[in-house]
Amino acid sequence: MRKDSNFFILVGTIGLFVCINIFLMASGKLPFSFDGFGIILGAGLTLAIYSFLYKDNPAFKIVENLYVGVSLGYTIIITWFNFLKPDLYDPLIVPMFSKATTKAPQYALIIPSLLGLFMLLRFSRKLSWLSRWTFAFVVGLGAGVSIPRVISSFILEQIKPSLHPVFSGGETIFSSINTLLIMLGVISVLIYFIFSVEHKGAIGKVSKIGIWFLMISFGASFGYTVMGRLSLLIGRIQFLLKDWLGILQ
Amino acid sequence: MERFLRIDRRIIFAIITVAVIVSLVLRFELPIPASEQVLGIYEKIESLPKDSHVMIAFDYDPASKEELQPMAVAFLHHCFSRDLKVIGMTHYPGAPGLAEQAMTSVANQYQKKYGDDYAFLGYKPGSASLIINMGENLYSAFPKDFYGNDTTTMPVLQGVDSLREINYLFDLAAGTTIETWIAFGKEKYKFELGAGCTAVMGPDMYPFLQSKQLTGLLGGLKGAAEYEALVNKKANAVSGMRPQSVVHVIIIIFVIFGNVIYFISKRSVHA
Repeated sequence: MRKDSNFFILVGTIGLFVCINIFLMASGKLPFSFDGFGIILGAGLTLAIYSFLYKDNPAFKIVENLYVGVSLGYTIIITWFNFLKPDLYDPLIVPMFSKATTKAPQYALIIPSLLGLFMLLRFSRKLSWLSRWTFAFVVGLGAGVSIPRVISSFILEQIKPSLHPVFSGGETIFSSINTLLIMLGVISVLIYFIFSVEHKGAIGKVSKIGIWFLMISFGASFGYTVMGRLSLLIGRIQFLLKDWLGILQ
Repeated sequence: MERFLRIDRRIIFAIITVAVIVSLVLRFELPIPASEQVLGIYEKIESLPKDSHVMIAFDYDPASKEELQPMAVAFLHHCFSRDLKVIGMTHYPGAPGLAEQAMTSVANQYQKKYGDDYAFLGYKPGSASLIINMGENLYSAFPKDFYGNDTTTMPVLQGVDSLREINYLFDLAAGTTIETWIAFGKEKYKFELGAGCTAVMGPDMYPFLQSKQLTGLLGGLKGAAEYEALVNKKANAVSGMRPQSVVHVIIIIFVIFGNVIYFISKRSVHA
């Protein structure tokens, strides 16, 4: 009985959606063109995704899988035309096998290509050892490139404002308070994360201040997250009301 | 009282949806003052002389379109109205369609010509490696643009050999690309960097404002709305501030209501 009612709700909703679109096209609010059908498709997919808020249903499942498939297909095409073709196929493969081109093949590209192919050999039991060469290269290069840059950009450059003098002349009282707050926040949070000392007495009091700073930062993050998720909803409703139904101008 | 704590979440979804729809349909003005971090980007663009090179990294995909596309459009309006040369690129394979749409639609409004006034280099993987490559030689990183044109012959790129010659770089980020641009680009090749990010990432970016590693920041739809208002191109972000504000008030009421009910029911249990 319950399954039947779910089925009727789904069919009824799809029927209503079709009727609305027929009305919109007949009244000229939606153009009878690829653009018009694109908007209908976008509206249908949006509503199908949001239908999950009521209950998990086949329409949501179909659109969810469609999203994964389309995203992957799009990524493959973009990667081929933006990266593999201009950076590998055209400079290496085409000159090797085509007599029409005057350019010499860039044989140096064979090395990174082989390293890339070795990654895929993880799937072969006999040859998976070759993928270690690629991983060794990636880890070595990554560490060598990243460590100095990360220390410089995220530690040394971040320490500078923390060590900014409270009174160096010319600043307002608020900027001095701000500097003091930053100093207090940095010290108290760092002390909170020292777990080798028992949080009692002065250490305990300062670490409690650290907890307050952490809680305020979590609150700020949560507030921003609410704003972000709402923005996505607002954007979709703007699309539905403006582009699809034509209610908003 | 207990039943208020077990309220069906779908009722809350319905209230939020109705609040968004009503506040979008009913038109009322809300003040949108520009914050200091948004002004940082605006004033930097204002200070650039004509024909300066601005690079926009469209590092987002359709999942973050609602927040970042209005920023991209408003920023492009500002750049083209100031006759700046705009170069686009992306680290995200899902971005080219959105970037192309934004650049073409805004450029057409200012009669800007592709190749002479703006260019879109397209997508390349590599992240940090790509930035380092661009910092050493832009043409080696992008020998061809998104449409397959030879980048060495494009007039818009004349005078630009690497990231060092970029006057301002604006990263629209839905992921960790702002940190990557700072560490491997800005700090090494010494260009000015501004960023726009999703609201979720906003609080993590404030330390970079404090350290002046970012000249400015547009955080979420609010940042986009402030920029739209500054460049006088009010569109989806500005109109989105009405439901944003209304729903925030509703959520605050829900939070207070939930806590009051929780404490009352706790007290009645103890009594």
